[in-house]
Amino acid sequence: MTNGWVDIKNADMILVMGGNPAENHPCGFKWAIEAKRHRNAKMIVVDPRFTRTAATGDLFCQIRAGTDIAFLGGLIRYAIDNNRYAKDYLAHFTNAAFIVKEGLKLPEDGLFSGFDPATRTYDPATWNYEAEGAPNSAGLPPKVAFDLTLQDPRCVFQLLRRQYSRYTPEMVERVTGIPKEQFLQAADLFTSVRIDGDMTKAATMLYAVGWTHHTNGTQMIRTAAIVQLLLGNVGRAGGGVNALRGHSNIQGATDMAGLYHLLPGYLKAPAASDVDFKTWVARITPGASKPGAWDSLNYWANTPRFAVSLLKALYGEAARKENDWAFHYLPKVDRDCSWVHLWDDMYRGNVKGMLAFGMNAVCIGPDSQKNIDALKKAEWLVVGEIYPDETSEFWRAPGITAEEMKTIRTTVYRLPCAGFAEKDGSTTNSARWLVWKHAALPPPGQARLDQDIVAEIFLRVRALYRKEGGRFPDPILNLTWPYSDPLHPPLSELAKEFNGKALADLTDPKTQQVVVKKGQQLPGFALLRDDGTTSCGNWIYCGSWTEAGPQLARRGTEDPSGLGVYPNWGWSWPANRRVLYNRASCDLSGKPWDSSRTQVWWDEAAQLWSGHDVPDYKADSKPQDHMGPFIMNPEGVGRLFAPLAAMVDGPFPEHYEPVESPVANVFHPQQPTNPVLKKLASPDDRFGSPAEGFTVVCTTYRLTEHYHFWTKNNPMSVQLIPEPFVEMPVELADELGIRGGDKVKITSARSYYIAKAFVTRRIKPMTIDGKKVYQIGMPINQGFRGIQEDAGKDARTIANRLTPTVVDPNAHTPEFKGFLVKVEKG
Amino acid sequence: MDASRREFLKSTGGAAAAALLGFDLKPAYAQLQELKIARARVTQATCPYCAVGCGVLIYTIGDNAKNVTPQVLHVEGDPDHPTNRGTLCPKGASLHQDILNPRRLLKPQVRRPGSDQWEDITWDQALDEIAHRMKKTRDDTLVEKDSQGRTVNRCEGLAWIGGCTDTNEFNYLVVKSMRAMGLTYIENQARL
Repeated sequence: MTNGWVDIKNADMILVMGGNPAENHPCGFKWAIEAKRHRNAKMIVVDPRFTRTAATGDLFCQIRAGTDIAFLGGLIRYAIDNNRYAKDYLAHFTNAAFIVKEGLKLPEDGLFSGFDPATRTYDPATWNYEAEGAPNSAGLPPKVAFDLTLQDPRCVFQLLRRQYSRYTPEMVERVTGIPKEQFLQAADLFTSVRIDGDMTKAATMLYAVGWTHHTNGTQMIRTAAIVQLLLGNVGRAGGGVNALRGHSNIQGATDMAGLYHLLPGYLKAPAASDVDFKTWVARITPGASKPGAWDSLNYWANTPRFAVSLLKALYGEAARKENDWAFHYLPKVDRDCSWVHLWDDMYRGNVKGMLAFGMNAVCIGPDSQKNIDALKKAEWLVVGEIYPDETSEFWRAPGITAEEMKTIRTTVYRLPCAGFAEKDGSTTNSARWLVWKHAALPPPGQARLDQDIVAEIFLRVRALYRKEGGRFPDPILNLTWPYSDPLHPPLSELAKEFNGKALADLTDPKTQQVVVKKGQQLPGFALLRDDGTTSCGNWIYCGSWTEAGPQLARRGTEDPSGLGVYPNWGWSWPANRRVLYNRASCDLSGKPWDSSRTQVWWDEAAQLWSGHDVPDYKADSKPQDHMGPFIMNPEGVGRLFAPLAAMVDGPFPEHYEPVESPVANVFHPQQPTNPVLKKLASPDDRFGSPAEGFTVVCTTYRLTEHYHFWTKNNPMSVQLIPEPFVEMPVELADELGIRGGDKVKITSARSYYIAKAFVTRRIKPMTIDGKKVYQIGMPINQGFRGIQEDAGKDARTIANRLTPTVVDPNAHTPEFKGFLVKVEKG
Repeated sequence: MDASRREFLKSTGGAAAAALLGFDLKPAYAQLQELKIARARVTQATCPYCAVGCGVLIYTIGDNAKNVTPQVLHVEGDPDHPTNRGTLCPKGASLHQDILNPRRLLKPQVRRPGSDQWEDITWDQALDEIAHRMKKTRDDTLVEKDSQGRTVNRCEGLAWIGGCTDTNEFNYLVVKSMRAMGLTYIENQARL
């Protein structure tokens, strides 16, 4: 989230799209209700189903799954045509005025300039700004040509206008199935916060995996960000683009780089082409790119400090300037190792051993059967879990015969881990708040703390390398392990390690006075150095555990501004800022756009930025210096246009159909799907089409009463929702002779799923470009091990047997929503 | 906080209602609740489910004395937490049954090649076998130089996948130790 849960109460307008917080985030959604009750906020809900969120909204639009860019693109067009955008904000806080160099082609025919059909990739050379006064070189120009009047035909604003001129209300209706009049009602309502450019009000957008689970998911979120920048809603209380997120520490897992392409704090993982430390940091450290007269903090310019401090945290004394900070201890990535590729590489026999802790890989999918088939080929699997799950028992999945079981050679270790109440440590909620929790009791039976298991595995491997030698043991032998109890590393010590400490006395460069003594915890990332005198395991978490103690364990309930900032509850990254980009909550002179919601402001007397929140800005940058509020972008401003390789599939979002779609792409039938999309080619990777009888659009979702594949072990959750079901329109059920409670079989090109029919008017048949299209929805929370499953009370099929392995080329997230199925009476 | 809440219930809840109706069960319920958690230790925790991150209070008895296993009596929303302010959803409200659950895994087990069943295994034996397998797979599949002669030091045969309810500290330990072993197949529920 750019903002936070409590902050939603400050909104005047709420668009919920790609999420269903009333059911999936009930205790956070109360802040949307708070905004409705106390600010008279309006709420628009766009979803394939009439959810409980929709039931509380002022306007509901039923959308065809996967067509969100068409809707949001229509919103951009409406806002521009009706003068409902934030003019000063747009000109000065976004790249609207930046001029794009000649040669960019917009995708009227479905393709931007630079496409190579042979490799299905783009050369983004033409997706760049025009340099001011000098010829363009390969990267972003340090000085960018611009036109503050926004009239130049090649300025970003005019290109944006042209790009979305095709997204007329008629086209929105043809693609999304939302009637033109209803779309116009929604567009009018949402943009009403910016009538004639008045900046007082703020609108927020709330989304979840309904936007990420598509082959153009990242671009959906970008379209939302463009709308919010256009309307000047980012950085403001009650505004922003807010990912609600589904799991208690999904934000933290990303921050801490539980993903192949990252190192902690969003540093890009080294690639094979990074032949040394210098090459790596040069590649991942951007240079400022902005109009000559403007200023840009370009905070990523500090990347070398973050990188050296990380290597010092990992390798201590073994990371020295002379050995390139032990850069070659880090593995270099040369391929896509993301989720579906990991499984594909196991399927093809390359990944031989896997450790799977704290999730249920087989059920999570996509294409559960492919994951099961992959595990059959692995040599060994270690599962750390608290319940018996489908992943550890893949070898006895329904359908595997006694004979086949004998041929499955995989050795599986199942280790009993600790539940949430048995572990301390911090989690990071979707508002970026790190909050410490305490352990209430020890793990039961022989179960062990997860960190103890990983520590002991690592230390045993290290002991083997010490004893026997082996291939390149250096990173294993030299990894720092300074814990007071090496086999049971206290999480408080790990938290202090990723906060970071001084390895020498640190002096203030201006006064030469020592500000942090050797050995002390660092107060914040501004003190990180690239000379080896600081160590820090995750720069964005620097400040969470200082000499003043664990900031992430604070429980101060005061909220002086009344805006829901709660500056003393837990600790929010970065630097305890609660709303990101909050300098944009003020006008050019540093005065809040809305005097009743003052977050930060320029204090002329003190010559500093001050506020109820921590300014997300250089504290002493005077307004007249024109430093951009989006300090993490090299431009210093928000990106309506994403230059160069920021996105692999285009500098502006364009509507593409899901990989399995019931209709043609009405914008460009010759280019229906995302052009850079690549399908995996194993025999398990099958795709269906309407011609083969797969005509119904299916979307997966979650329930209030269940949490993923975990609570099927919880008696109360099972009592509330005991069985899998498929939600389908009355009209479809009538056509097929299905009544509520009947057993139905849902089949995709991958596999089938059996559940009870839940016949409903919450999903209506849709008309898509003149064609009748049905959508169905199914929760994913069951499998073949659980209370009901073990009692033989359901079909023991897994919902994700149906879903395809095709992914969003930017974020590598699979298309769990909007695939095609057949529906039959079971 | 607990003392003051109980005091509040005791002093106001019953008295006000009784004055209106003449007869009221509230004091009796408050009394029951008080008895149930009177000697309990309160632990501040965070709900493990969605990313709202609701504060929860776990009430246990057992007092941390040696040889005494704490027993969980009650779980409720933390009224001080700014986000949830004491509320919990149906999942959060059933956390008690997640903590005390007869389906919990209690011992390490192994399924051997071709077998149709789990066998018990000691922790020592399991961790010993896992460590040997990790080392062997790493030594078999480590690529020090790629085809262009560039140093890559990656292990292509090992993978780690993690969940999204693990703590930041655990995730840091995983990234630290797995990257040190050369893994590039490190993925997480967060991708999905």
